[in-house]
Amino acid sequence: MTFDVTRVRKDFPILERTVRGGQPLAYLDSANTSQKPRQVLDAMAEFFERHNANIHRATHELGEEATEAYEGARIKVAGFIGASDETEVVFTKNVSEAINLVAYAMGNATATGQRGRFSLGPGDEIVITEMEHHSNIVPWQLLCQRTGATLRWFGVTPDGRLDLSRIGELIGERTKMVALAHQSNVLGTINPVRMIADRAHAAGALVLVDAAQSVPQMPVDVAELGADFLGFTGHKMCGPTGIGVLWGRRDLLAEMPPFLGGGEMIETVFIDSSTFAPPPHKFEAGTMPIAQAVGLGAAVDYLTEVGRDAVAAHDRDLTAHALEALTSIGGLRILGPAEPVDRGAAISFELGGVHPHDVAQVLDERGVAVRAGHHCAWPLHRAMGVQASTRASFYLYNTHDEVDALAAGLREAQRFFGVTPGGA
Amino acid sequence: MRLESLYQEIILDHYRHPHHKGLREPFDAEVRHVNPVCGDEVTLRVVLKDSDAGPVVADVSYDALGCSISQAATSVLADLVIGRPVSEGMRISDEFLALMQSKGEGEPDEEVLGDAVAFAGVSKYPARIKCALLAWMAWKDATTQAMGDREPG
Repeated sequence: MTFDVTRVRKDFPILERTVRGGQPLAYLDSANTSQKPRQVLDAMAEFFERHNANIHRATHELGEEATEAYEGARIKVAGFIGASDETEVVFTKNVSEAINLVAYAMGNATATGQRGRFSLGPGDEIVITEMEHHSNIVPWQLLCQRTGATLRWFGVTPDGRLDLSRIGELIGERTKMVALAHQSNVLGTINPVRMIADRAHAAGALVLVDAAQSVPQMPVDVAELGADFLGFTGHKMCGPTGIGVLWGRRDLLAEMPPFLGGGEMIETVFIDSSTFAPPPHKFEAGTMPIAQAVGLGAAVDYLTEVGRDAVAAHDRDLTAHALEALTSIGGLRILGPAEPVDRGAAISFELGGVHPHDVAQVLDERGVAVRAGHHCAWPLHRAMGVQASTRASFYLYNTHDEVDALAAGLREAQRFFGVTPGGA
Repeated sequence: MRLESLYQEIILDHYRHPHHKGLREPFDAEVRHVNPVCGDEVTLRVVLKDSDAGPVVADVSYDALGCSISQAATSVLADLVIGRPVSEGMRISDEFLALMQSKGEGEPDEEVLGDAVAFAGVSKYPARIKCALLAWMAWKDATTQAMGDREPG
């Protein structure tokens, strides 16, 4: 099936609505959250209407169907990212929880004196990067505070790539964990995860990849990436909010202590101690977001049917068009790679003389939805020497016309705020 | 067009030519407030002096980074409170807060709010209300600190 954006758009009911008094919607905020196709909405509605019950514990037909739907979604997700099998797929509520799960499990391993690669203390190091989302920064800061370990980080070059010049000094025998984004949510930069993972593994460290931005946009294979853990979220890949994934290597999930305790994650419980279920259930305490998992499974089916290579190619095409349209605007500075090479479909920029909030407001008035601010990446903005930026991000349902509407809106913002476009 | 109703000419004027801007010495209290949504920030200083009617705002000086709404709001605030009794400034502040929470339904009193009536349109945009309130919250905080320092004992 060849990719046809007009047909794809028909799958997304929300794209038919108008905003701000009759303007057609140009939704350029998919890196924030994506829109949902009817196939996903229908799958969730059908679950609630036909199969709703709790999973793994209801001894009736609905319970069997609900369990099958939930575990079926796990199998789909495992196939989607090249996991060895579905026991490597842990459902969480989002990427933040996935990362916190690993960080807290490491804290628990430390506190209980577990020997091995999950416990750490003074002298040990965790390495992150300056281009991380806050969700891949703060959990590690907290873990370092709890354990006395030291947090270190890769810097960012002026053109928005990781500064790898200090890699030999950063990753060494003290390194216990290297946690980094596959694709920056601000700059769009795709990082050389495999190379960094190989260095980390040679030093005996674990590697966690924040794939929130990459899994929606391109084929991702956990084995090819060389990751030990990988997190992503449903709502950025056409699925619902409230469901995320932590993929972990089977041997690591077996060894890693639990994070949240509660129902369903146990094997046996005595009043003073418990033993735990094998992974992935060891990490899924309490009633999980069942319908959301079903929705994520439907999103996996949807993206697979449209074709992940086709989605990636469409996103690349939109990004190239947008980079061209934006760089032709005088006074506009793109943060991050200005060439469509090793970058995804999120473009952040400064429009000289107009604050990002004001840019976004003018665009919103014209029906163009973007994000303004620091995009949960404050250290990165400091490193790039800006206080805030405007971000446009593209996905499978966006068109060249919408990119052109963005460019026209930016020129209108310059006119409205009386900014004379300088430069070329 | 709705854009003009949000960005009234008064707001754009204050944005382009802010009043009382810059940090001045000496001061009784200084605060730094940040809008965690967008990273906008204001550093604001107040100087109080005594009068028969109680403490009066002698000066408000500031350094602010942010959007047109937050910059203009800071400038308007300084215009409104400098030279007034603290109690009156607090009343204006409460009035302005109520206007921002009015969801576009507020009927601002120009006698009390002066140029700040121009911000009425902001209350229709939930994402921008914090921009308009950043400086007012900073002023209240700084003034409360300065008042606390003045209390005897």
